[in-house]
Amino acid sequence: MPDPESLNPLTIAQWKWLLAVPLIPLAGYVIQIFFGKHLPRKGDWLMTGGMFVVMCITVTMFFVAYGHTSVGVDGHAGSAFFAESVRPGPEGQTFSWDWLYMSRAKDAGLSLPTGLMYDGLGAAMLAVVGIVSFFVHLFSIGYMQGDRRYHIFFANISLFTFAMLGLVLSDNLLFLFIFWELMGLMSYLLIGHFAQDPTSHRIKQAAAACKKAFMTTRVGDTCLLFGMAMLYFLIPEQYNEYVAQGLIEGDTIAGSFRFTDLWSNASAIVEANHGDYPLWLTVAGLFVFGGTVGKSAQVPLHIWLPDAMEGPTPVSAMIHAATMVAAGVFLLGRTFPLMSPEALAVIAAVGAVTALFAATIGCTVYDIKGVLAYSTISQLGFMVASIGCGALGLVAGLFHMVTHAFFKACLFLSAGSVIHGCHHEQDMRKMGGLRKKMPITFACMLICTLAIAGMPLFSGFYSKDRIIAAAFGGMSLKFNGGNFAASVFLPVAACLTTFYMFRLIFMTFFGAPRDHHVDEHAHESPKNMTISLMSLAALGMLGGYVWFLHPLDLMGNHGTWFTRMVDWRTMYPGVDLTETNLKGMVGGLAHRHGTAADDLEHFYHGFNPHYTALIVSIGVLLIGVFVAAQMYLRRKWNPAKVTETLGEAYVWVENKYYVDEVVDASVIKGSKALANGQRWFDENVVDGVVLSVGRIGKGLGFLCAWIDKHIVDGIVNLVGNLTQAFGSAVRLFQTGRIQQYVSFAVAGGILVAAFHLLS
Amino acid sequence: METFNLDLPSSILAWITFIPMIGMAAIMFVPKTNMTLVKGITYVATFIPFVLASVVYWGYDKGHSGYQYAQEASWISINNFNVFWRVGVDGLSLPLVWLTTILLFLAVPASETVPRVSKAYFALLLMLEVGILGVFISLDYFLFYVFWEVMLLPMYFLIGIWGGPKREYAAIKFFLYTLAGSVLMLVALVALYLNQPDGMETFSIPAMMAIGGAQGWAAGPELLGMQFTTWVFWFLFIGFAIKIPCFPFHTWLPDAHVQAPTPISVILAGILLKLGGYGLIRGCFPIVPDAFRDNAYILGVLGVISIVYGAYVALGQTDFKRMVAYSSVSHMGFVLLGMAALTEWGMNGAALQMFNHGTSSAACFLVVGVIYDRAHHRDLNAFGGVAQPMPRYWALATIAFFASLGLPGMAGFVSEAMTLVGSFQSPDPRFRILVLIAALGVVLTGAYILWALQRVFLGPLNEKYKDYEDITGREIFSLAPLLFLCVFLGIFPYYLLDWMDVGVIDLMKLLSPGS
Repeated sequence: MPDPESLNPLTIAQWKWLLAVPLIPLAGYVIQIFFGKHLPRKGDWLMTGGMFVVMCITVTMFFVAYGHTSVGVDGHAGSAFFAESVRPGPEGQTFSWDWLYMSRAKDAGLSLPTGLMYDGLGAAMLAVVGIVSFFVHLFSIGYMQGDRRYHIFFANISLFTFAMLGLVLSDNLLFLFIFWELMGLMSYLLIGHFAQDPTSHRIKQAAAACKKAFMTTRVGDTCLLFGMAMLYFLIPEQYNEYVAQGLIEGDTIAGSFRFTDLWSNASAIVEANHGDYPLWLTVAGLFVFGGTVGKSAQVPLHIWLPDAMEGPTPVSAMIHAATMVAAGVFLLGRTFPLMSPEALAVIAAVGAVTALFAATIGCTVYDIKGVLAYSTISQLGFMVASIGCGALGLVAGLFHMVTHAFFKACLFLSAGSVIHGCHHEQDMRKMGGLRKKMPITFACMLICTLAIAGMPLFSGFYSKDRIIAAAFGGMSLKFNGGNFAASVFLPVAACLTTFYMFRLIFMTFFGAPRDHHVDEHAHESPKNMTISLMSLAALGMLGGYVWFLHPLDLMGNHGTWFTRMVDWRTMYPGVDLTETNLKGMVGGLAHRHGTAADDLEHFYHGFNPHYTALIVSIGVLLIGVFVAAQMYLRRKWNPAKVTETLGEAYVWVENKYYVDEVVDASVIKGSKALANGQRWFDENVVDGVVLSVGRIGKGLGFLCAWIDKHIVDGIVNLVGNLTQAFGSAVRLFQTGRIQQYVSFAVAGGILVAAFHLLS
Repeated sequence: METFNLDLPSSILAWITFIPMIGMAAIMFVPKTNMTLVKGITYVATFIPFVLASVVYWGYDKGHSGYQYAQEASWISINNFNVFWRVGVDGLSLPLVWLTTILLFLAVPASETVPRVSKAYFALLLMLEVGILGVFISLDYFLFYVFWEVMLLPMYFLIGIWGGPKREYAAIKFFLYTLAGSVLMLVALVALYLNQPDGMETFSIPAMMAIGGAQGWAAGPELLGMQFTTWVFWFLFIGFAIKIPCFPFHTWLPDAHVQAPTPISVILAGILLKLGGYGLIRGCFPIVPDAFRDNAYILGVLGVISIVYGAYVALGQTDFKRMVAYSSVSHMGFVLLGMAALTEWGMNGAALQMFNHGTSSAACFLVVGVIYDRAHHRDLNAFGGVAQPMPRYWALATIAFFASLGLPGMAGFVSEAMTLVGSFQSPDPRFRILVLIAALGVVLTGAYILWALQRVFLGPLNEKYKDYEDITGREIFSLAPLLFLCVFLGIFPYYLLDWMDVGVIDLMKLLSPGS
C-alpha cells in the first residue's frame, strides 16, 4: 500500500503537460469551427498536427509513469504509480480548479475541487487514446477527402478527443460524467455526419441512428447520475453513523465525488460492516453500472451501436470501437471498490450474456462494418464480464480494453480502406479476392484478426487469455451465477469470434471476385491511410506484450507492461480489496504468502486456470478457423445448407433476436402513445376544466345580462312606467280651473283635520 | 473573486426600473412614421438599465447578507394604511433583474420581424420592463402587487395585438388566468395585513417574514378545518403557481406562447415564468414557513408531475413552438422540486435553474422564430433537412437545444443536477422516489428535443426549403449572448451561484423551523 505522501510524484511542469493534452484538441476545435473553412486544406493539417503533439505528450508521460513502477517479485506487488494533482507534489504545490462552489462553501471546506488524476490505468488509457486519435485523424485526411462538411468533421472529432482525454484525466466522478455526456453529444453529431449530406443515400438512416444512439445511452447515463447522487449522500451518511457508533475511527466526512474519497470511504464502511456491503451500496453500484450498460453497449442497451455505423468509418474506429465505448469499462475500473460481490455477479452475468449474444449475431451479418460492430459489442462484453469476475478479471478486462482499442481501431480502419477502395460498397457478398489488389490492407487486417482471435504472440491473446483464466479462477474460488455464466459463455463467444472474423477475412480477401463492378474499382488506399493501418496493426500485434524482448516467457506469465502498470493490489491506494468485495474469494485459499492479496495473486498465478485457459483459448481458435475455412475458403460446407440445418434458430439470430423490434413496439411506441395520450388529456381535460370555468363564467355573464335586462332593468322600467302612469293619471286633475283646485284644497284640509281629530 | 464596493446612489434601483418608462414617454412624442427613432429610443432605454444592472451586479457585496441598494420612502399613508416605496435586492433577485434587462434588450432586435410592428409596440415593451423590474426589486408587498398588475396589461396587448391568428383568445386566457391568480394573492395579502396587531400593520416583506418566522402569525379564524396560515399559503401558492406554471395551472402557457410574437415569447418564457418562482421564494414560503414545511411534499409531487407530464406532452406535440412551451413546464418543474426539498443544494439549484431556463428557453424560442419567419409555419413534420441550406443556424440551434436538454458542460446541467441531488438529500425520504421519477423526465427531455432536431434539421431536404437564407447577423445578435451565457455558466457556475448563495442562506434561515 503506497503511503499517501507519495501520491503525487509528478512535478508541476509534468501536470501542465498533462493539462495541455485535452486543451490542445479543445483549442483546435475552437479554431476549426470558426475559421476551418478558410484555412488551407480546410484545417485538416492543423487538427492532425495537434493530435500528433498530443500523442507525443501522452506517450512520453506514459513512460514517465512507467518509470515510477517496478516489477513485483515472487508474486508480491511491485511499486505502483499513482498521482493526483490535488495533493501536494514534490514541489509542494497542488494543481486544481474549483468548479461548483460558493465562497461560503469553500470557507467551510465544502468545495468541489477538480484536479487531474494520472495513475497506471489512466496513463495507459491516455496513451491509447492519444495514439488511436492521431492515427484516426491521419486516416481521415484520405478517407474523408471531398466530403461536404470536411472541416466540421475534423472540428467535431477533435472535440470528441478533448472529451475522451478529459474523461481519462478526471479525478472525480462528476467531471467524468460531464466529459462522458460531452462524448455522447459528439458521438451524436458524428454519427449524424451524413444526416446533412444530400449526396448520401443513407441520409435518413443516419438521422435516425444519431438520435437512437444518444437516447439509448442517455437511459444509462440517467442511471449513472442517480447512482452518483446516491454515492454522494449515502456514503457520508452511513460513514458518519459508524463514526458516531465508534466503528470507524476518525472525523466525520462530507460528500465527495473524488475517486480516492469514494474508494476509501466506501471501503471503510464495508470493513466496519464486517466485510458486507450494505444493500444501498449494491444498488448504487448497479446504478453506476447502468452507465456502463448504456455507453459500452451491453444488453439490453446495445441496440444503438450497430446503428451507429451510419457514421463515417473513422468515427466508428475511434468512438465506437476504441475509445468512447471503452469508457464504460474504464468507469468500472474507476469504481471497482464500490461494487459489492452481488453487483459484481450481475456485472459478470450481463457481460457474459452480451459477449455471447453479440458474437452469434456477428456470424450472420454481411455488412463488413456490421460484423465489426457486433464484434465490438461482444468484446466489450468480455471486458465487462471479466471485471465482474474479481481481482484478476479486473486487470484482465482493463488490459483487454487497451489491446482491443488497437486491434479494433485497425480493423475498422482496414474495413474503411476496403470500403474506400470498393467505392463505398459494404456488403461482403459483393467482395472477394481483394488480397491481391489491397495487399497492405489485407496484411493489417489479418494481423488484427489474429489478435482478436487470441492467437498466441498477438496482443489479444495476452488479455483474452487472462479473461478466461479469471472467469475459471473466479468460479473455482467463489461460485456464483455471474462467473458461472462467464466461464461457460466466454469460451463459446471466443470460438464464435474466431469464426466470424475469419469468415470476414475469407469472404473479403479470398476466393474469386463476386461483383465485377466492385472488383474493377478496387485499389489500395493512399499512403496516409496505409501508414495509419500499419502503425495500428503493429500495435495490434505487439501492444499487449513485446514478446521478442522476453524470449523465455513468450506466454507473458511473468507479467506484461500492463500488469506492471495496473495491479489490482495497488491501483486503489488506501484500499484493501481483499477486505471488501474480494473477501469471499480469499477465504478458500490454503496457503498464505504474506498478505491476503498476495495469496490471491499466487492462486491465480500458479493455479491451473491459466493453463486451462491457454488450452481453451487455442482450442477454440483452431475450431473457429477450421469451421470458417471449411465454409468460406475451401467451400466444403455450403453456408446455405448450414443455415438451413440451423433452421428457426438462424432466423432469430439473423434478425438480431428481434430486440430492436421489441424495443420499438414497447418502449418507443409506448412512449409515443403515452405522449399523445397525455397531450390529449392536457388539451381536453386539463385545459377543458379551464375552458369550462371560462364558459361557466361567460354563461353566468349572459344569465346576469338577461336578468339585468329583463328583471333588474324590468323593475326599473316598471317603476318608470308606473311613475309615468301615475303622472298621466294625476294629469287628469290638472284642469286649470281655480274653483276645482280650491275645492280640492278644502277637501284636503277637511281630511287632515279629520285625521288629527280622530287620532 | 474580489468584489469591489461601488458608491452607487441609493436610487440606482429606481433608475434601473424607471429609465424604460422615460423611454416610453419619449416614444409618445415621436411621430409614428419615424420608426427608426422609436427603435433607437427603445434600444437606449433598454440598454442603459442593462449597463446599470451589470454595475449593480458587480458592486453587490457578497460578504453581507440582507438587502442591498435599499431605498425607502412613504408612498400612500391614510390612517393605518401605509404603503412604502421600499426596494432592495439580494442574491436571489439581483440575477433575475440582470436577466430581465438583458432579455429585454435582446428582444428589441428580435422585434424587427414582428408583423404590423408600431410605436405602440415598443412603448408597451418598455412598460412591460418597468413592471417586471418593479416586481423583482419590491420589498413592500403592496408595491409588489402594483407592479405585478402593471406587468399584466402590456403583456395582454402585446399578445392580443401583435400575436398570431388566435391572438385574442390567447391574450384573454393569459390575462384572466393570471388575474385569477392575482386576486388570490390580493386576498391573502389583505388577510395578512389585517392579521397584524392594530397600529402595527405593515406591507413590508421583510417584516412579514419576521412575523412568519419568529412570532408566528396570530392564529386567526379557522376555516373549513384549515389554519389561517394554511389558507394564506395555498392562496399565495396558487397565485404564483399559475405564473410558474405548474401542473395543473399551465394551460394558458402554450396558447400564449404559440400566439405571441417571437420576442414576446422570449420574454414570457425567459422572465415572466421566473416571476412565479421568485414570488414563491420571496412572497410565499418565508412568509408562512410553517405551512410551507407542512405541504412541501405536495409541492415536490406537483413539481415532479410537471417535469414528467410536461415532457410527455412536449413529446406529443407537432407544433415546434408548442413543444418548446411545454418544455418550459417541464423545466420549471425542477424549480418547484428543488424548492420543496428544503435543502441548500435544492434551493440553490432552483434559483440557478430559473436563471438558466431564462437563457436557454429564450434561446430556443429565438431559434423557433428564425425558422418561422422563413417558413411561416411551425409544423415539425413538414420540415426536414433544414441544416443543409442553413448550417450556421443548425450549429446555433444545436447549442440552444442541448443547453435546454441539460447537457453537462452547459448551464442547465448544473442547475438540474443540483436540484435533483438536493432533493435526494431532503430530510423527507419520500423525495428520493420523486428524484427517481424526475430522472425519467430527464430521459424524455432528450427524446423530444432530439426528435425535434431530427425532424427539422436532419435527413433529406424538403425541396421547399432549399433556398432559405442562413441565419442573419441580426438574428445571431439576439441569440449569441444567450448561448454564450448557457455555455459560460455551465463552465463557471460560480458567477451566479456565489451571488445566489448569499440569498439562499438568508432564505434557508427563514424557512428552518424555530427561526
